[in-house]
Amino acid sequence: MSTIPDPVAAPSEVLPRRQSRVWRKFRKNKAALLGGILVAFFVIVALLAPIVPIPGPTETDWGAVRKAPSVAHPFGTDEIGRDVLSRMIWGARASLLAGVVSVGIAVCIGVPLGVLSGYLRGWTDASVSRVTEALLAAPFLILAIALAAFLGPSLTNAMIAIGLSAVPIFIRLARGQTMAVMTEDYVESARAIGLTHIALITRYILPNIVPPILVQGTLTIATAIIAEASLSFLGLGQQPPAPSWGSMLNVAKNFLEQAPWMALYPGAAIFLVVLGFNLLGDGLRDALDPRDH
Amino acid sequence: MTAILSTRDLRKDFVTARPLFGAATVVRAVAGVSIDIEHGETFAIVGESGCGKSTLARLLLRLIDPSAGEVWYKGEDLARVPPARLRALRRDLQFIFQDPFSSLNPQMTVGALIEEPMRAHGIGTPRERRARVADLLTRVGLRPEHGDRYPHEFSGGQRQRIGIARALASGPSVLIGDEPVSALDVSIQAQVVNLLEDLKEEFGLTLVIIAHDLAVIRHMADRVAVMYLGEVVECAPAADLYAQPLHPYTEALMAAIPVASFGARPARTTLEGDPPNPIAPPPGCKFHPRCPYATDICRTERPVLTPAGAGRIIACHHAAALSLQGLADVTPARTPWASARFDLYARAMADRTLSNNRLKSGDITPPTDGGST
Repeated sequence: MSTIPDPVAAPSEVLPRRQSRVWRKFRKNKAALLGGILVAFFVIVALLAPIVPIPGPTETDWGAVRKAPSVAHPFGTDEIGRDVLSRMIWGARASLLAGVVSVGIAVCIGVPLGVLSGYLRGWTDASVSRVTEALLAAPFLILAIALAAFLGPSLTNAMIAIGLSAVPIFIRLARGQTMAVMTEDYVESARAIGLTHIALITRYILPNIVPPILVQGTLTIATAIIAEASLSFLGLGQQPPAPSWGSMLNVAKNFLEQAPWMALYPGAAIFLVVLGFNLLGDGLRDALDPRDH
Repeated sequence: MTAILSTRDLRKDFVTARPLFGAATVVRAVAGVSIDIEHGETFAIVGESGCGKSTLARLLLRLIDPSAGEVWYKGEDLARVPPARLRALRRDLQFIFQDPFSSLNPQMTVGALIEEPMRAHGIGTPRERRARVADLLTRVGLRPEHGDRYPHEFSGGQRQRIGIARALASGPSVLIGDEPVSALDVSIQAQVVNLLEDLKEEFGLTLVIIAHDLAVIRHMADRVAVMYLGEVVECAPAADLYAQPLHPYTEALMAAIPVASFGARPARTTLEGDPPNPIAPPPGCKFHPRCPYATDICRTERPVLTPAGAGRIIACHHAAALSLQGLADVTPARTPWASARFDLYARAMADRTLSNNRLKSGDITPPTDGGST
């Protein structure tokens, strides 16, 4: 052909996909990997609870009350002869479930409200924001305790209470991110081609605000696990005899000198799982940081 | 020729501060613009930063709501049509954005981005749409398989091509480009300008191009409107405007175009100072504080747009009296040998155009094994 080859027609260098770059950055971050491993460990342990050959979490053995760790009971036994390891493993289910479900509740309520608030602005935004600010004025844990006390003590109610308390965080985040995305040219381009509001929100705004919400969600799971442990410690969460790290600590505090293992293991577990989620969240934040793309 | 898109006294005010007491501070970004864009032409709107040209472009498509005035497209006032009708009309009126890096949704593949306007307007079956996406990618100089990639995998020029393909997808009749090439490298600018011209011919489009300098649109525009502080100060057929501007501001814009020849221009008319604060524009002619020809009348009386013959309109008290300098095609001084080489080149190019035309008309059949373009 007689036309001059167009230098633009063939992209010489194709950049790697964003997903793979995020993963590569994440892998290089040792702390984030450690967080991921910790979280994965607790999730696997919680999932395997019904399979591993351990005594039931509520089986009592009056011949072995407050026994120190041994071969038969690697983590020792508690004040009515229950195996601490078994209660730890089953307790992991309550903690992780509380973390995930309550954050799920917070995201499902907070994100739509925040996006609508940031998208519609005006009166919707003003009213949603004022209520959010009022809720944020109350400390997270106090709010959760008040709500849990109001709803009545049970693990389900504790999860609802924690979830509702975390809603304002997600409203705020989703609103701010929506407003930031709305200033991008591609949102204007979506309006220019004649998209409906629903298509614009689902295809343009939501996908672009996922990364910060993912990070906040991971970090909030850690907070929610502490909150669940606190509520159970106070007797507002998981009800005895069902196992929970928080309620184990509550009993263990009476025997700190005679049976320190009763407090040590649940305390360490809470510490590790919260550390794991925090490291994972921080790692995700760094890996998803758009400034490096 | 009939007008396809017209504005009547179009205005847009932005409120910059609204104190609890007293009057709000208002910027009149577009202060009463009436233009007629004719079917099939390339209409350029030029002016320096902050003159309201991008605002005007957005008003033309009602991407922002006007404060007052009308925008007529095929017998409908875009400023007043209900939202559902406006959405339907967007099929005909499309926009090309200035910044190719922020105007494509990073979460969507290029194919999905180009297909989206067709989906939004219910055009074709999924299979037909995919075929059209591949076709559009080819027309803008990319390859069909690029549809599976994400915008960040492309360069600025390529992204702008993607933006153009997306704008063409719904089969529009009017394409409005807000400085479509100013974010690109100069070498890429020419390619995109040529592409736009080819596509205009191929799809029978009406093009509205916003630009901040007269150089880019010189060989592209049929008519040019020059804006200053939210108003059109001169509007004329491009050839006439470049040959002899009637407004001192147009002359100053032309003086800013570099000419690659020593002594091609006797003296430079450079503008002093910045444009006045649009919150408090000067009385009289808005251009008078910077105008080298300003007189007393310019300081007190605002000039109105008046016809100046040959399809030109001009807002200047002294338009008839001034003889302003345009941009003549100058032949730079060359040595005899250089001249000979340029002649040779010109002849070769003419031959090429000739054979291309014969190729197109079918006199010659191109080789089928085909080199790739």
